Amino acid sequence: MAVTVKTFASTSEAAGALSADRGARYLGGGTLVMRALNEGDVSVSTVIRASDQALTRIDASGPRVTLGAGITFAKILAERDLGFLHAPARSIGGPAVRNMGTVGGNLFAPSPYGDFTVALLALDATVAVQGGFGTRDIAIEEFLQARERQAGTLVLSVSCARPASADAFRYHKVARIKPKGGSVITLAAHLPISGGRIAGARIALGSMAPTQIRARAAERVLEGRSLDAATIAAAASAVTEGTSPFDNALGSAWYRREIAGVHLRRLLSGQE
Amino acid sequence: MAKTALQFRHNGRDVAIFVDGGTNLLVALRELIGDMTPKFGCGQGGCGTCSVLIDGELHLSCLTLAETVAGRSVETLDGLKQGPNLHPLQRAFADNFAAQCGYCTPGMLMAAKALLDRNPQPSRAEVVEAISGNICRCTGYEPIIDAILAASGGRASA
Amino acid sequence: MLELRKDIFADERDDNLNEIGKGTQRQDMLGHVTGTSSYFNDHKLQGMLHLKVVRSTQAHAQLRHIDTTEAERSSGVRRIIRGADVPRNLNTLLSLINFGKDDEPTLAVDKVRYKGEPVVAIVADSEREAFEAIAKVRIDYAPLPVVLDVEDALKAGAPVVNGTYPKNAFIYHDVHDHQKLRFGDADAALATADHVLEQRYQMSPIEHAPTETNGAIAAPDTNGRYVVYTSTQALFFSVDTCAKILDLPSNTFHFIGGTVGGGFGGKVDTLTEPLAILGAMLTGRPVRYVFGREEEMQYGPPRGAERIYIKDGVMRDGRVIARKIRAYFDSGAYTRLSSYAAVKCAAHLPGPYTIPNVYGDVYCVFTNRTPATAMRGFGVTAMDFAIECQMDKLANLVGMDPMEFRILNAYRDGDMKAHRREAKNTALIECVQVAAEKAKWPIREEFKRASSRKDGGGSRAVIPPTPTDSRSRPAAPVQQRTSYDRLPPAVTREPPREPPPTAPSPPPPRPAAPSHGAPRFSSVFGTRRR
Repeated sequence: MAVTVKTFASTSEAAGALSADRGARYLGGGTLVMRALNEGDVSVSTVIRASDQALTRIDASGPRVTLGAGITFAKILAERDLGFLHAPARSIGGPAVRNMGTVGGNLFAPSPYGDFTVALLALDATVAVQGGFGTRDIAIEEFLQARERQAGTLVLSVSCARPASADAFRYHKVARIKPKGGSVITLAAHLPISGGRIAGARIALGSMAPTQIRARAAERVLEGRSLDAATIAAAASAVTEGTSPFDNALGSAWYRREIAGVHLRRLLSGQE
Repeated sequence: MAKTALQFRHNGRDVAIFVDGGTNLLVALRELIGDMTPKFGCGQGGCGTCSVLIDGELHLSCLTLAETVAGRSVETLDGLKQGPNLHPLQRAFADNFAAQCGYCTPGMLMAAKALLDRNPQPSRAEVVEAISGNICRCTGYEPIIDAILAASGGRASA
Repeated sequence: MLELRKDIFADERDDNLNEIGKGTQRQDMLGHVTGTSSYFNDHKLQGMLHLKVVRSTQAHAQLRHIDTTEAERSSGVRRIIRGADVPRNLNTLLSLINFGKDDEPTLAVDKVRYKGEPVVAIVADSEREAFEAIAKVRIDYAPLPVVLDVEDALKAGAPVVNGTYPKNAFIYHDVHDHQKLRFGDADAALATADHVLEQRYQMSPIEHAPTETNGAIAAPDTNGRYVVYTSTQALFFSVDTCAKILDLPSNTFHFIGGTVGGGFGGKVDTLTEPLAILGAMLTGRPVRYVFGREEEMQYGPPRGAERIYIKDGVMRDGRVIARKIRAYFDSGAYTRLSSYAAVKCAAHLPGPYTIPNVYGDVYCVFTNRTPATAMRGFGVTAMDFAIECQMDKLANLVGMDPMEFRILNAYRDGDMKAHRREAKNTALIECVQVAAEKAKWPIREEFKRASSRKDGGGSRAVIPPTPTDSRSRPAAPVQQRTSYDRLPPAVTREPPREPPPTAPSPPPPRPAAPSHGAPRFSSVFGTRRR
């Protein structure tokens, strides 16, 4: 049996087809689904596509930014209004992968991939999805926690508030190969400052658990404090709380635990 | 087995093929069109040896569903030569010993072309970034970088 | 840029050189830059079928039952190949030069001995259909105990990996379970040394990761022959291996290769050609068998892991007077080329230094890991890593500059090497001098003046009295522990029991004549043919 490809004009039809067929996968940039087919993953029997223009729309004019799920990392890098997302977009793949990989697909990319999603998690993004019964918005954290069950839902777009200042959002990917390489760990921090104090701290980590996760203990340490050396040290020592890193070819769980605090300290003190 | 008709421009020439569902562009180019210049290296987006230009943009043909190039323009290394003459990048690769086993060369050349088409006089760092998705296992990156820089210099003076 | 130092050894060289020192274009460069170089997979054959293998999910298990009935009915399947379909389903690569016993099946029959071992091959109209059929093959495994560590594998009672070698060690010349080097009396010298340093070194397996994965296309040709496009690095070796496994004269095959997308030693094992040809024989159609990337990385043969113990005796003035080495090559579950690597390794001891007392034991060990093979300098690479780390540590121990320490101990022309050959054209001293100069590393005048052509030979050319193992004294205790000597408790235990003394050993029986008239180029294993 060959693979069946179904292309729909509207996202609602595509979502209906996706939820109706256990063997169906939605094809975005191809970096996940085509890879699975190339490696002989026979659980994929239907490939769903949608040509709906809404999937490739960017709304970056206001304080809230919306990215269509089909937006590629190259598109983000070409958009001056999305400067705060350039570091995470640039950290992905080589030029060809950035021309292909999409914001929506990145939500599903398993470790050591999915770096852009780490940034979105720190930015408290909202994921708009279309199931068989209409559209709804899901907080990204909730989306990721149930990622295993999301294969039948179609992601339409991702939106998030623009960080208040360039300094409030920081991102760093630790890779062994430069400039390209899978993530050993990935860190993103959103630390809005209000009256000299951090209000609404968000620390997100990649490759520290089966999916991207928030470092809530570190967030609690930062909340309401000023970003001084003592606070940074306390956040760094709390960063691995609640994480469950794993061994892979890029690093061991032990190594990931050891370096997470080091890199968080550097990130928050402006060293990387 | 249902097949899908597919038409696109291949190195400036219109081609029409029938593809099986799920066929990637690399297989379509190699096995249906007979253009053996893009190579299979990993099928996962890790090596870059299958790199082609789609509407001038660098893409990995092994991760591209063939049907998605309908009506678009696909360029491979097979289209790089200018008649009987080597493209300046090909000449520079040869002159700088920038190929050893030759297997990464088609992808390297297409990545280099994508760069120079957009940025005719790149810095060394920009060249490194441009080929960062292409793996050379004979570890000849230095001559490859030198060749791309030499080709850009050649173009600038031409 | 290339720099030729013509001042060194000028009197030994004829300088009317036409090629050396000049850049010469590769013959295949034009093909490479135009993409017209023809690799094995760049052949489009009418009606080509695709072969994929079902790989073991277990590292060691009895195969209770293999059920392919559902796979046979799967869409597009042309043929299912089992071990019983392979004419001679047991081989070892170096049997072509009469070295080693046949121990590896093309397709596992009764047991699997490493995770990823091929069990069933499926030939189908498309790769997708082959993958779908693979998912329908049912294999009932009875798991067996696994051994993954070389030293564990040599212990009494360890699981037997490979019944051909029941003690989990490759057997040389039908009797010896390791390669042995004895030169002088290392134990006596260690007892008189000012410092003794014992260290443990280890190297993981390394995958070659060629950009082109291993593969072959075989197609029926006229006159009952088969044309085979292959990624092999060793074309004639692969022809003869296929002739043996398929039990056909080698002129049945027309191999076409030579343009390889990166090999580095990982494309000599002839893993895809026999099954591709067998598939073509059984279906009458062209058959392609090419590794996917995960197959290449997980189950393609790597450079084998090695574990090395070095115990050196050094004097305060920097002379290394004794070197004792125990090394274990992890061959994985079968013999590919690690048996040969161990020979090379023993021949390389004690490194490029003149040390009057050398003792080496090098084992080729079977474990339930992916069989290991050749890779750039294999047999020597990890040992050199260990020896050079050790040299740095010794230099530090006696308070000497590491470059000067190497010049002091370097072999010189006319010296006797531990394997009883005179050192000639050594040039190590000059290399160290130039390296120091290039690195702007200061060395003292007397070391700048040293020469590989001075001070060699004489007493350094003498083969010292060498006790046989049965008379050798027990190992001397470590006399001085150093900051480097932080061994984990596990390695301070007694070394594995010495194998029973083998001398005087009966002359090894003459090997059976190879049935396929393989050429007997045996210079590498000279002692075998003596």
